[in-house]
Amino acid sequence: MASKYRSDEAKEVPAMSTGSMPDIIFMLIFFFMVTTSMREVSLKVKMILPEATEVQKLEKKSLVSYIYIGPPTNAKAYGTESRIQLNDQYSNVTDVIPFVESERLARSESDRPFLTTSLKVHQDVRMGLVTDVKQELRKCGAFRINYSARKGEVVK
Amino acid sequence: MAKQKKKVPDLNAGSMADISFLLLIFFLVTTTMDVDSGITRRLPPPVENPEMDVKVKERNIMNVMINKYDKMLINGKPGDIATLKEMTKEFATPRPSDETAPEVEVKNIELLGDVMLSKGVVSLKNDRGTSYLMYISVQNELARAFNELRDEMSLKHFNQHYADLTDQDKIDAINKAVPVRISEAEPEAIQ
Repeated sequence: MASKYRSDEAKEVPAMSTGSMPDIIFMLIFFFMVTTSMREVSLKVKMILPEATEVQKLEKKSLVSYIYIGPPTNAKAYGTESRIQLNDQYSNVTDVIPFVESERLARSESDRPFLTTSLKVHQDVRMGLVTDVKQELRKCGAFRINYSARKGEVVK
Repeated sequence: MAKQKKKVPDLNAGSMADISFLLLIFFLVTTTMDVDSGITRRLPPPVENPEMDVKVKERNIMNVMINKYDKMLINGKPGDIATLKEMTKEFATPRPSDETAPEVEVKNIELLGDVMLSKGVVSLKNDRGTSYLMYISVQNELARAFNELRDEMSLKHFNQHYADLTDQDKIDAINKAVPVRISEAEPEAIQ
């Protein structure tokens, strides 16, 4: 009798089945595959966006072209003066119009009027440079712009 | 003879989890979850002949100037970012009896009926040396003022918050009733 009970106590906990592990992981993969958006450019300028409360989400990411403005990340090589980055390289103000034109050509004709330019500007940049870029955008008819900002409290 | 058919051996699925883990880690690393958000504005078309100034009555303009030290002047008096929203709201609210307030016009808007519209324009001027942070803060406060006015209008007419409106016609009606009138001056240096 006693020996019977002992054998019961010694019974091992059955091994957990890991058969469904791949399924769970696959589910996670699909989640990340759907939500992911690969970064298409590597930032060459420092980017701390200002905070604002009245931000709206940018719809339709395929219809957005980005202009980055900020101090270079590699200050030793490029100094601390704020620079404009278009695609993957530092650019001048005069390069903005060709950039917008090429962005337009990359979209289908029906989408072109809805192209938005998102200005991603570091918060310490002086407005002079931003104004210059805005003037160029006006010249080539890219009127829809978005001042990129994070959701948060405004610094008083 | 036929019974002697060889059984196909089972594929070993033991490494499946490892392969999926590898993929998972790849997507975890490359993913950027940040949603792009910001303040959307429309730039005005370029001015054809800069000499021709558009005349706007003085009472219809609220001048906001920011200098290179990030100090603000509102209608010639020193202003502060904390009070800017209230001042803008007061300015953009139609007040037909007030002689110093912007002019008011009555317009018939679908779904709303006759609505009073203020002709006031907020004129925003900044120096080349103004910081972007200050500029965005000011833009944000102005946007906040107009959004609150829209919210009030929406509550009054539809008994709903502006952000909760789903009917596009209603949204359009409110947008027409409270237009965001922010004008940015042609760039020039200010002291």
